Amino acid sequence: MSVSEMFVALQGALTADQDIREEIRKVVQALEQTAREILTLLQGVHQGAGFQDIPKKCQKAREHFGTVRTQLESLKTKFPTDQYYRFHEHWRFVLQRLVFLAAFVVYLESETLVTREAVGEILGIEADRERGFHLDIEDYLSGVLTLASELARLAVNSVTAGDYSRPLRISTFINELDSGFRLLNLKNDSLRKRYDGLKYDVKKIEEVVYDLSIRGLNKEATVGAGGEK
Amino acid sequence: GSGGFRKRKHDNFPHGQRREEKENLNPSSALMTSFKSFQLELDTRHDKYERLVKLSRDITIESKRTIFLLHRFISAPNGEEILNESEVKLDAVRRKIKQVAQELIGEDMYQFHRAISPGLQEYVEAVSFQYFIKTRSLISIEEINKQLIFTAEDREETTNMTSNSHDKQPHTWSLKVTPVDYLLGVADLTGELMRLCISSVGNGDIDTPFELSQFLRQIYDGFTFIGNTGPYEVSKKLYTLKQSLAKVENACYTLKVRGSEIPKHMLADVFSTKTELIDQEEGLS
Repeated sequence: MSVSEMFVALQGALTADQDIREEIRKVVQALEQTAREILTLLQGVHQGAGFQDIPKKCQKAREHFGTVRTQLESLKTKFPTDQYYRFHEHWRFVLQRLVFLAAFVVYLESETLVTREAVGEILGIEADRERGFHLDIEDYLSGVLTLASELARLAVNSVTAGDYSRPLRISTFINELDSGFRLLNLKNDSLRKRYDGLKYDVKKIEEVVYDLSIRGLNKEATVGAGGEK
Repeated sequence: GSGGFRKRKHDNFPHGQRREEKENLNPSSALMTSFKSFQLELDTRHDKYERLVKLSRDITIESKRTIFLLHRFISAPNGEEILNESEVKLDAVRRKIKQVAQELIGEDMYQFHRAISPGLQEYVEAVSFQYFIKTRSLISIEEINKQLIFTAEDREETTNMTSNSHDKQPHTWSLKVTPVDYLLGVADLTGELMRLCISSVGNGDIDTPFELSQFLRQIYDGFTFIGNTGPYEVSKKLYTLKQSLAKVENACYTLKVRGSEIPKHMLADVFSTKTELIDQEEGLS
Protein backbone atom coordinates (compact mmCIF):
# COMPACT_ATOMS: atom_id res chain seq x y z
CA MET A 1 0.00 0.00 0.00
CA SER A 2 1.36 3.40 -0.89
CA VAL A 3 1.71 6.15 1.66
CA SER A 4 -1.08 8.22 0.16
CA GLU A 5 -3.46 5.24 0.11
CA MET A 6 -2.73 4.67 3.80
CA PHE A 7 -3.53 8.26 4.63
CA VAL A 8 -6.76 8.13 2.61
CA ALA A 9 -7.81 5.11 4.67
CA LEU A 10 -6.89 6.86 7.92
CA GLN A 11 -8.75 9.96 6.89
CA GLY A 12 -11.80 7.82 6.24
CA ALA A 13 -11.58 6.40 9.74
CA LEU A 14 -11.27 9.88 11.23
CA THR A 15 -14.25 11.19 9.31
CA ALA A 16 -16.38 8.23 10.36
CA ASP A 17 -15.36 9.03 13.93
CA GLN A 18 -16.40 12.64 13.54
CA ASP A 19 -19.79 11.62 12.17
CA ILE A 20 -20.41 9.49 15.23
CA ARG A 21 -19.45 12.39 17.49
CA GLU A 22 -21.80 14.68 15.62
CA GLU A 23 -24.71 12.26 16.09
CA ILE A 24 -23.92 11.88 19.77
CA ARG A 25 -23.77 15.62 20.24
CA LYS A 26 -27.26 16.03 18.81
CA VAL A 27 -28.78 13.53 21.24
CA VAL A 28 -26.83 14.97 24.15
CA GLN A 29 -28.21 18.41 23.36
CA ALA A 30 -31.75 17.06 23.57
CA LEU A 31 -30.87 15.34 26.84
CA GLU A 32 -29.53 18.58 28.26
CA GLN A 33 -32.78 20.27 27.34
CA THR A 34 -34.83 17.65 29.20
CA ALA A 35 -32.49 17.84 32.17
CA ARG A 36 -32.98 21.61 32.34
CA GLU A 37 -36.75 21.15 32.29
CA ILE A 38 -36.61 18.69 35.18
CA LEU A 39 -34.33 21.01 37.11
CA THR A 40 -36.70 23.95 36.63
CA LEU A 41 -39.54 21.78 37.85
CA LEU A 42 -37.69 20.71 40.97
CA GLN A 43 -36.37 24.18 41.73
CA GLY A 44 -39.95 24.95 42.75
CA VAL A 45 -39.41 23.26 46.09
CA HIS A 46 -37.21 26.13 47.23
CA GLN A 47 -40.11 28.53 47.14
CA GLY A 48 -42.34 28.88 50.16
CA ALA A 49 -45.38 27.38 48.52
CA GLY A 50 -43.35 24.62 46.93
CA PHE A 51 -43.00 22.67 50.15
CA GLN A 52 -46.62 21.65 50.12
CA ASP A 53 -46.70 19.94 46.77
CA ILE A 54 -43.38 18.15 46.73
CA PRO A 55 -45.00 14.80 45.88
CA LYS A 56 -46.76 16.37 42.92
CA LYS A 57 -43.51 17.87 41.62
CA CYS A 58 -41.73 14.54 42.02
CA GLN A 59 -44.52 12.87 40.12
CA LYS A 60 -44.14 15.32 37.26
CA ALA A 61 -40.36 14.94 37.27
CA ARG A 62 -40.73 11.19 37.04
CA GLU A 63 -42.85 11.65 33.96
CA HIS A 64 -40.05 13.68 32.38
CA PHE A 65 -37.63 10.86 33.09
CA GLY A 66 -39.65 8.89 30.56
CA THR A 67 -38.38 11.29 27.88
CA VAL A 68 -34.87 10.87 29.24
CA ARG A 69 -35.18 7.12 28.87
CA THR A 70 -36.18 7.34 25.21
CA GLN A 71 -33.40 9.85 24.53
CA LEU A 72 -30.79 7.65 26.19
CA GLU A 73 -32.19 4.73 24.24
CA SER A 74 -31.46 6.58 21.00
CA LEU A 75 -28.00 7.60 22.27
CA LYS A 76 -27.17 3.92 22.70
CA THR A 77 -27.73 3.32 19.00
CA LYS A 78 -25.26 6.00 17.91
CA PHE A 79 -22.01 4.16 18.64
CA PRO A 80 -20.67 0.61 19.14
CA THR A 81 -21.48 -0.67 22.63
CA ASP A 82 -17.90 -1.62 23.43
CA GLN A 83 -16.64 1.91 22.79
CA TYR A 84 -18.47 3.60 25.66
CA TYR A 85 -15.36 5.26 27.07
CA ARG A 86 -14.23 6.47 23.70
CA PHE A 87 -17.08 8.95 23.61
CA HIS A 88 -17.65 9.19 27.33
CA GLU A 89 -16.70 12.88 27.53
CA HIS A 90 -19.66 13.86 25.37
CA TRP A 91 -22.36 12.72 27.78
CA ARG A 92 -20.44 12.78 31.02
CA PHE A 93 -21.73 16.16 32.13
CA VAL A 94 -25.36 15.58 31.27
CA LEU A 95 -25.32 12.12 32.84
CA GLN A 96 -23.99 13.55 36.10
CA ARG A 97 -26.72 16.14 35.99
CA LEU A 98 -29.35 13.44 35.44
CA VAL A 99 -27.97 11.39 38.33
CA PHE A 100 -28.32 14.45 40.52
CA LEU A 101 -31.89 15.01 39.39
CA ALA A 102 -32.84 11.38 39.97
CA ALA A 103 -31.17 11.46 43.37
CA PHE A 104 -33.00 14.67 44.24
CA VAL A 105 -36.36 13.22 43.31
CA VAL A 106 -35.67 10.06 45.32
CA TYR A 107 -34.52 12.13 48.27
CA LEU A 108 -37.61 14.32 48.22
CA GLU A 109 -39.82 11.25 48.05
CA SER A 110 -38.20 8.99 50.59
CA GLU A 111 -35.29 10.95 52.15
CA THR A 112 -32.85 8.21 51.22
CA LEU A 113 -29.87 8.10 48.93
CA VAL A 114 -30.67 6.63 45.57
CA THR A 115 -28.62 3.52 44.82
CA ARG A 116 -26.62 3.19 41.67
CA GLU A 117 -28.95 0.43 40.50
CA ALA A 118 -31.99 2.61 41.12
CA VAL A 119 -30.50 5.45 39.06
CA GLY A 120 -29.95 2.93 36.31
CA GLU A 121 -33.61 2.00 36.46
CA ILE A 122 -34.82 5.59 36.46
CA LEU A 123 -32.63 6.46 33.46
CA GLY A 124 -33.16 3.13 31.73
CA ILE A 125 -29.46 2.24 31.65
CA GLU A 126 -27.38 -0.58 33.10
CA ALA A 127 -25.55 -0.46 36.41
CA ASP A 128 -22.89 -2.80 35.15
CA ARG A 129 -20.43 -2.12 32.35
CA GLU A 130 -20.64 -5.58 30.90
CA ARG A 131 -24.28 -5.33 30.03
CA GLY A 132 -24.16 -2.28 27.81
CA PHE A 133 -24.61 1.45 28.24
CA HIS A 134 -23.99 1.95 31.91
CA LEU A 135 -23.50 4.52 34.61
CA ASP A 136 -19.86 5.10 35.46
CA ILE A 137 -19.21 5.07 39.20
CA GLU A 138 -17.45 8.43 39.15
CA ASP A 139 -20.40 10.01 37.37
CA TYR A 140 -22.74 8.55 39.96
CA LEU A 141 -20.65 9.93 42.81
CA SER A 142 -20.41 13.34 41.15
CA GLY A 143 -24.16 13.49 40.83
CA VAL A 144 -24.53 12.59 44.50
CA LEU A 145 -22.17 15.43 45.45
CA THR A 146 -24.31 17.88 43.50
CA LEU A 147 -27.26 16.62 45.53
CA ALA A 148 -25.38 17.55 48.71
CA SER A 149 -25.06 21.22 47.71
CA GLU A 150 -28.68 21.30 46.63
CA LEU A 151 -29.74 19.95 50.02
CA ALA A 152 -27.65 22.57 51.81
CA ARG A 153 -29.66 25.17 49.95
CA LEU A 154 -32.89 23.34 50.69
CA ALA A 155 -32.07 23.36 54.42
CA VAL A 156 -31.78 27.15 54.40
CA ASN A 157 -34.95 27.64 52.40
CA SER A 158 -37.01 25.22 54.43
CA VAL A 159 -36.27 27.29 57.54
CA THR A 160 -37.46 30.38 55.70
CA ALA A 161 -40.61 28.54 54.77
CA GLY A 162 -41.15 27.59 58.39
CA ASP A 163 -40.30 23.92 58.12
CA TYR A 164 -37.90 23.48 61.04
CA SER A 165 -37.69 19.72 61.05
CA ARG A 166 -36.34 19.25 57.54
CA PRO A 167 -32.87 20.72 58.23
CA LEU A 168 -32.36 18.21 61.03
CA ARG A 169 -33.18 15.32 58.74
CA ILE A 170 -31.01 16.76 55.98
CA SER A 171 -28.18 17.10 58.48
CA THR A 172 -28.35 13.42 59.41
CA PHE A 173 -28.44 12.47 55.77
CA ILE A 174 -25.50 14.67 54.75
CA ASN A 175 -23.44 13.48 57.68
CA GLU A 176 -23.93 9.91 56.62
CA LEU A 177 -23.03 10.84 53.07
CA ASP A 178 -19.90 12.56 54.34
CA SER A 179 -18.77 9.47 56.21
CA GLY A 180 -19.50 7.45 53.12
CA PHE A 181 -17.24 9.62 50.99
CA ARG A 182 -14.56 9.48 53.65
CA LEU A 183 -14.24 5.77 52.90
CA LEU A 184 -13.12 6.49 49.36
CA ASN A 185 -9.53 6.98 48.31
CA LEU A 186 -9.98 9.56 45.63
CA LYS A 187 -7.36 10.46 43.09
CA ASN A 188 -6.49 14.04 42.40
CA ASP A 189 -9.11 14.47 39.69
CA SER A 190 -12.37 16.29 39.12
CA LEU A 191 -14.30 14.01 41.46
CA ARG A 192 -11.86 14.79 44.26
CA LYS A 193 -12.32 18.50 43.57
CA ARG A 194 -16.07 18.11 43.86
CA TYR A 195 -15.68 16.12 47.03
CA ASP A 196 -13.59 18.90 48.56
CA GLY A 197 -16.69 21.06 48.32
CA LEU A 198 -18.77 18.66 50.39
CA LYS A 199 -17.37 19.91 53.68
CA TYR A 200 -18.77 23.38 53.00
CA ASP A 201 -22.20 21.89 52.45
CA VAL A 202 -21.88 19.95 55.70
CA LYS A 203 -20.80 23.12 57.48
CA LYS A 204 -23.65 25.15 56.04
CA ILE A 205 -26.24 22.62 57.18
CA GLU A 206 -24.69 22.39 60.63
CA GLU A 207 -24.96 26.14 60.94
CA VAL A 208 -28.64 25.98 60.10
CA VAL A 209 -29.17 23.23 62.67
CA TYR A 210 -27.24 25.27 65.21
CA ASP A 211 -29.31 28.37 64.57
CA LEU A 212 -32.46 26.37 65.11
CA SER A 213 -31.11 24.68 68.22
CA ILE A 214 -30.11 27.82 70.12
CA ARG A 215 -33.59 29.19 69.56
CA GLY A 216 -35.17 26.01 70.71
CA LEU A 217 -36.80 25.59 67.34
CA ASN A 218 -35.60 22.05 66.84
CA LYS A 219 -37.69 20.87 69.79
CA GLU A 220 -40.88 22.23 68.29
CA ALA A 221 -39.94 21.01 64.88
CA THR A 222 -42.89 18.66 64.73
CA VAL A 223 -45.28 21.44 65.65
CA GLY A 224 -44.14 23.39 62.63
CA ALA A 225 -44.07 27.12 62.18
CA GLY A 226 -45.28 28.01 65.66
CA GLY A 227 -41.83 28.19 67.16
CA GLU A 228 -41.38 31.97 67.34
CA LYS A 229 -40.97 33.40 70.79
CA GLY B 1 -22.02 40.42 62.92
CA SER B 2 -23.69 39.57 66.19
CA GLY B 3 -24.56 36.14 64.86
CA GLY B 4 -20.90 35.37 64.40
CA PHE B 5 -20.15 36.40 67.95
CA ARG B 6 -22.87 34.25 69.35
CA LYS B 7 -21.68 31.30 67.35
CA ARG B 8 -18.21 31.52 68.79
CA LYS B 9 -19.52 31.84 72.31
CA HIS B 10 -21.52 28.66 72.15
CA ASP B 11 -18.91 26.83 70.19
CA ASN B 12 -19.09 23.68 72.27
CA PHE B 13 -22.73 23.21 71.51
CA PRO B 14 -22.67 22.28 67.84
CA HIS B 15 -19.76 20.02 68.55
CA GLY B 16 -21.84 18.06 71.02
CA GLN B 17 -24.59 17.88 68.47
CA ARG B 18 -22.28 16.58 65.84
CA ARG B 19 -20.79 13.92 68.04
CA GLU B 20 -24.27 12.72 68.86
CA GLU B 21 -25.07 12.39 65.19
CA LYS B 22 -21.87 10.62 64.39
CA GLU B 23 -22.70 8.03 67.00
CA ASN B 24 -26.09 7.55 65.47
CA LEU B 25 -24.43 6.52 62.24
CA ASN B 26 -24.74 2.88 61.66
CA PRO B 27 -21.53 1.56 60.11
CA SER B 28 -23.44 -1.24 58.44
CA SER B 29 -26.21 0.90 57.01
CA ALA B 30 -27.16 0.46 53.38
CA LEU B 31 -25.39 3.67 52.44
CA MET B 32 -22.15 2.73 54.19
CA THR B 33 -22.20 -0.77 52.69
CA SER B 34 -22.56 0.59 49.19
CA PHE B 35 -19.78 3.13 49.75
CA LYS B 36 -17.54 0.33 50.93
CA SER B 37 -18.12 -1.42 47.63
CA PHE B 38 -17.45 1.87 45.80
CA GLN B 39 -14.15 2.10 47.63
CA LEU B 40 -13.20 -1.32 46.39
CA GLU B 41 -14.27 -0.56 42.84
CA LEU B 42 -12.43 2.76 42.65
CA ASP B 43 -9.26 1.33 44.21
CA THR B 44 -9.24 -1.55 41.74
CA ARG B 45 -9.64 0.85 38.86
CA HIS B 46 -6.92 3.22 40.09
CA ASP B 47 -4.50 0.34 40.69
CA LYS B 48 -5.01 -0.94 37.19
CA TYR B 49 -4.48 2.55 35.81
CA GLU B 50 -1.21 2.91 37.73
CA ARG B 51 0.04 -0.44 36.52
CA LEU B 52 -0.72 0.57 32.94
CA VAL B 53 1.04 3.92 33.34
CA LYS B 54 4.11 2.10 34.57
CA LEU B 55 4.01 -0.33 31.66
CA SER B 56 3.57 2.58 29.28
CA ARG B 57 6.67 4.28 30.70
CA ASP B 58 8.70 1.10 30.29
CA ILE B 59 7.49 0.79 26.71
CA THR B 60 8.46 4.41 26.03
CA ILE B 61 11.97 4.00 27.47
CA GLU B 62 12.69 0.77 25.62
CA SER B 63 11.34 2.17 22.34
CA LYS B 64 13.51 5.27 22.68
CA ARG B 65 16.56 3.09 23.23
CA THR B 66 15.70 1.11 20.13
CA ILE B 67 15.55 4.32 18.14
CA PHE B 68 18.97 5.41 19.44
CA LEU B 69 20.33 2.03 18.50
CA LEU B 70 18.93 2.32 15.00
CA HIS B 71 20.56 5.69 14.54
CA ARG B 72 23.88 3.92 14.91
CA PHE B 73 22.92 1.66 12.02
CA ILE B 74 24.03 4.02 9.29
CA SER B 75 27.42 4.84 10.72
CA ALA B 76 28.32 1.37 11.96
CA PRO B 77 29.88 -1.19 9.66
CA ASN B 78 28.00 -4.06 11.32
CA GLY B 79 24.54 -3.01 10.11
CA GLU B 80 23.00 -6.45 10.12
CA GLU B 81 23.97 -6.99 13.73
CA ILE B 82 22.34 -3.75 14.85
CA LEU B 83 19.18 -4.58 12.97
CA ASN B 84 19.01 -7.94 14.72
CA GLU B 85 19.64 -6.30 18.06
CA SER B 86 16.84 -3.83 17.44
CA GLU B 87 14.53 -6.74 16.64
CA VAL B 88 15.38 -8.30 20.00
CA LYS B 89 14.67 -5.02 21.74
CA LEU B 90 11.36 -4.58 19.97
CA ASP B 91 10.39 -8.10 20.98
CA ALA B 92 10.99 -7.09 24.57
CA VAL B 93 8.76 -4.06 24.05
CA ARG B 94 6.07 -6.29 22.55
CA ARG B 95 6.21 -8.50 25.63
CA LYS B 96 5.40 -5.41 27.69
CA ILE B 97 2.55 -4.58 25.33
CA LYS B 98 1.31 -8.11 25.84
CA GLN B 99 1.10 -7.39 29.55
CA VAL B 100 -0.90 -4.28 28.72
CA ALA B 101 -3.24 -6.38 26.58
CA GLN B 102 -3.64 -8.81 29.45
CA GLU B 103 -4.49 -6.00 31.85
CA LEU B 104 -7.15 -4.86 29.44
CA ILE B 105 -8.91 -8.21 29.07
CA GLY B 106 -12.61 -7.66 29.56
CA GLU B 107 -12.09 -3.91 29.91
CA ASP B 108 -13.01 -1.07 27.65
CA MET B 109 -9.65 -0.12 26.17
CA TYR B 110 -10.61 3.53 25.85
CA GLN B 111 -11.21 3.79 29.57
CA PHE B 112 -7.48 3.38 30.13
CA HIS B 113 -6.32 4.83 26.85
CA ARG B 114 -4.80 7.90 28.44
CA ALA B 115 -2.50 5.68 30.49
CA ILE B 116 -1.04 3.72 27.60
CA SER B 117 -1.24 6.15 24.69
CA PRO B 118 2.27 7.70 25.11
CA GLY B 119 3.91 4.28 25.19
CA LEU B 120 2.04 3.10 22.13
CA GLN B 121 3.01 6.20 20.16
CA GLU B 122 6.66 5.68 21.00
CA TYR B 123 6.38 2.05 19.99
CA VAL B 124 4.84 3.05 16.64
CA GLU B 125 7.75 5.45 16.16
CA ALA B 126 10.36 2.77 16.88
CA VAL B 127 8.74 0.03 14.85
CA SER B 128 8.11 2.26 11.84
CA PHE B 129 11.69 3.56 11.99
CA GLN B 130 13.04 0.04 11.89
CA TYR B 131 10.64 -0.85 9.10
CA PHE B 132 11.77 2.15 7.11
CA ILE B 133 15.45 1.25 7.45
CA LYS B 134 14.69 -2.28 6.33
CA THR B 135 12.26 -1.63 3.48
CA ARG B 136 12.39 2.13 2.80
CA SER B 137 8.62 2.36 3.09
CA LEU B 138 5.98 3.24 5.64
CA ILE B 139 4.60 0.49 7.84
CA SER B 140 0.80 0.35 7.77
CA ILE B 141 -1.38 0.40 10.85
CA GLU B 142 -2.65 -3.06 9.94
CA GLU B 143 0.90 -4.37 9.91
CA ILE B 144 1.56 -2.94 13.36
CA ASN B 145 -1.62 -4.38 14.79
CA LYS B 146 -0.82 -7.76 13.30
CA GLN B 147 2.32 -7.89 15.41
CA LEU B 148 0.33 -7.10 18.52
CA ILE B 149 -1.69 -10.29 18.59
CA PHE B 150 -0.27 -12.49 21.28
CA THR B 151 -0.75 -16.11 22.05
CA ALA B 152 -0.01 -17.78 25.33
CA GLU B 153 3.46 -19.25 25.13
CA ASP B 154 3.95 -20.99 28.42
CA ARG B 155 1.40 -22.84 30.43
CA GLU B 156 2.04 -20.97 33.62
CA GLU B 157 0.93 -17.70 32.16
CA THR B 158 -2.30 -19.16 30.84
CA THR B 159 -3.38 -20.58 34.16
CA ASN B 160 -2.54 -17.30 35.80
CA MET B 161 -4.63 -15.33 33.44
CA THR B 162 -7.67 -17.55 33.17
CA SER B 163 -8.17 -17.43 36.89
CA ASN B 164 -9.02 -13.74 36.85
CA SER B 165 -10.32 -13.17 33.38
CA HIS B 166 -13.74 -13.57 31.89
CA ASP B 167 -12.52 -13.64 28.33
CA LYS B 168 -14.03 -15.94 25.78
CA GLN B 169 -10.75 -16.89 24.15
CA PRO B 170 -8.18 -17.01 26.91
CA HIS B 171 -5.34 -18.01 24.58
CA THR B 172 -4.93 -14.94 22.45
CA TRP B 173 -4.76 -11.33 23.40
CA SER B 174 -4.56 -8.44 21.05
CA LEU B 175 -4.11 -4.75 21.33
CA LYS B 176 -5.08 -2.36 18.61
CA VAL B 177 -3.22 0.85 18.01
CA THR B 178 -5.80 3.53 17.32
CA PRO B 179 -5.52 5.57 14.10
CA VAL B 180 -4.71 8.67 16.14
CA ASP B 181 -1.91 6.94 18.06
CA TYR B 182 -0.57 5.69 14.77
CA LEU B 183 -0.65 9.14 13.20
CA LEU B 184 1.10 10.74 16.15
CA GLY B 185 3.73 8.00 16.11
CA VAL B 186 4.33 8.51 12.38
CA ALA B 187 4.61 12.27 12.91
CA ASP B 188 7.35 11.60 15.48
CA LEU B 189 9.00 9.26 13.02
CA THR B 190 9.56 12.14 10.62
CA GLY B 191 11.71 13.86 13.26
CA GLU B 192 13.90 10.77 13.46
CA LEU B 193 14.13 10.63 9.67
CA MET B 194 15.30 14.23 9.61
CA ARG B 195 18.06 13.35 12.06
CA LEU B 196 18.91 10.33 9.95
CA CYS B 197 19.16 12.53 6.87
CA ILE B 198 21.55 15.03 8.43
CA SER B 199 23.75 12.36 9.97
CA SER B 200 23.89 10.32 6.78
CA VAL B 201 25.28 13.35 4.96
CA GLY B 202 27.90 13.50 7.65
CA ASN B 203 28.91 10.01 6.62
CA GLY B 204 29.25 11.01 3.00
CA ASP B 205 26.07 9.26 1.96
CA ILE B 206 24.60 11.40 -0.79
CA ASP B 207 21.70 9.19 -1.91
CA THR B 208 19.86 8.77 1.38
CA PRO B 209 18.93 12.46 1.79
CA PHE B 210 17.14 12.51 -1.56
CA GLU B 211 15.33 9.31 -0.77
CA LEU B 212 14.35 10.70 2.62
CA SER B 213 13.08 13.99 1.28
CA GLN B 214 10.93 12.05 -1.17
CA PHE B 215 9.53 9.91 1.62
CA LEU B 216 8.97 12.80 4.02
CA ARG B 217 7.17 14.74 1.32
CA GLN B 218 4.76 11.82 0.88
CA ILE B 219 4.07 11.75 4.59
CA TYR B 220 3.66 15.50 4.71
CA ASP B 221 1.17 15.33 1.83
CA GLY B 222 -0.67 12.64 3.74
CA PHE B 223 -0.91 14.81 6.84
CA THR B 224 -2.08 17.82 4.86
CA PHE B 225 -4.75 15.58 3.34
CA ILE B 226 -5.98 14.79 6.84
CA GLY B 227 -5.66 18.43 7.80
CA ASN B 228 -7.90 19.35 10.68
CA THR B 229 -10.30 16.41 10.42
CA GLY B 230 -8.04 14.74 12.97
CA PRO B 231 -7.86 15.67 16.62
CA TYR B 232 -6.00 18.70 17.87
CA GLU B 233 -2.76 16.84 18.66
CA VAL B 234 -2.41 15.78 15.05
CA SER B 235 -2.70 19.32 13.70
CA LYS B 236 -0.18 20.44 16.32
CA LYS B 237 2.37 17.95 15.00
CA LEU B 238 1.89 19.24 11.49
CA TYR B 239 3.93 22.34 12.30
CA THR B 240 6.96 20.37 13.54
CA LEU B 241 6.60 18.09 10.55
CA LYS B 242 6.85 21.07 8.23
CA GLN B 243 10.05 22.18 9.94
CA SER B 244 11.60 18.73 9.61
CA LEU B 245 10.68 18.60 5.97
CA ALA B 246 12.17 22.06 5.37
CA LYS B 247 15.45 20.97 6.94
CA VAL B 248 15.66 17.88 4.77
CA GLU B 249 14.71 19.78 1.62
CA ASN B 250 17.32 22.42 2.34
CA ALA B 251 19.89 19.71 2.86
CA CYS B 252 19.06 18.25 -0.53
CA TYR B 253 19.24 21.68 -2.06
CA THR B 254 22.71 22.28 -0.68
CA LEU B 255 23.83 18.88 -1.85
CA LYS B 256 22.61 19.55 -5.34
CA VAL B 257 24.03 23.02 -5.66
CA ARG B 258 27.34 22.61 -3.92
CA GLY B 259 27.81 18.88 -3.87
CA SER B 260 29.81 18.97 -7.07
CA GLU B 261 32.07 21.73 -5.81
CA ILE B 262 32.89 20.65 -2.30
CA PRO B 263 35.11 17.70 -1.55
CA LYS B 264 33.10 14.94 0.12
CA HIS B 265 34.97 15.08 3.39
CA MET B 266 33.93 18.69 3.89
CA LEU B 267 30.22 18.17 3.28
CA ALA B 268 29.49 17.60 6.93
CA ASP B 269 30.85 21.05 7.82
CA VAL B 270 28.75 22.75 5.18
CA PHE B 271 25.69 21.05 6.59
CA SER B 272 26.23 21.82 10.21
CA THR B 273 26.46 25.55 9.43
CA LYS B 274 23.48 25.37 7.13
CA THR B 275 21.23 23.66 9.65
CA GLU B 276 22.33 26.00 12.41
CA LEU B 277 21.27 28.85 10.23
CA ILE B 278 17.81 27.34 9.84
CA ASP B 279 17.51 26.86 13.56
CA GLN B 280 18.36 30.49 14.16
CA GLU B 281 15.82 31.67 11.65
CA GLU B 282 13.12 29.58 13.27
CA GLY B 283 14.08 30.81 16.68
CA LEU B 284 13.58 34.38 15.53
CA SER B 285 10.19 33.93 13.93
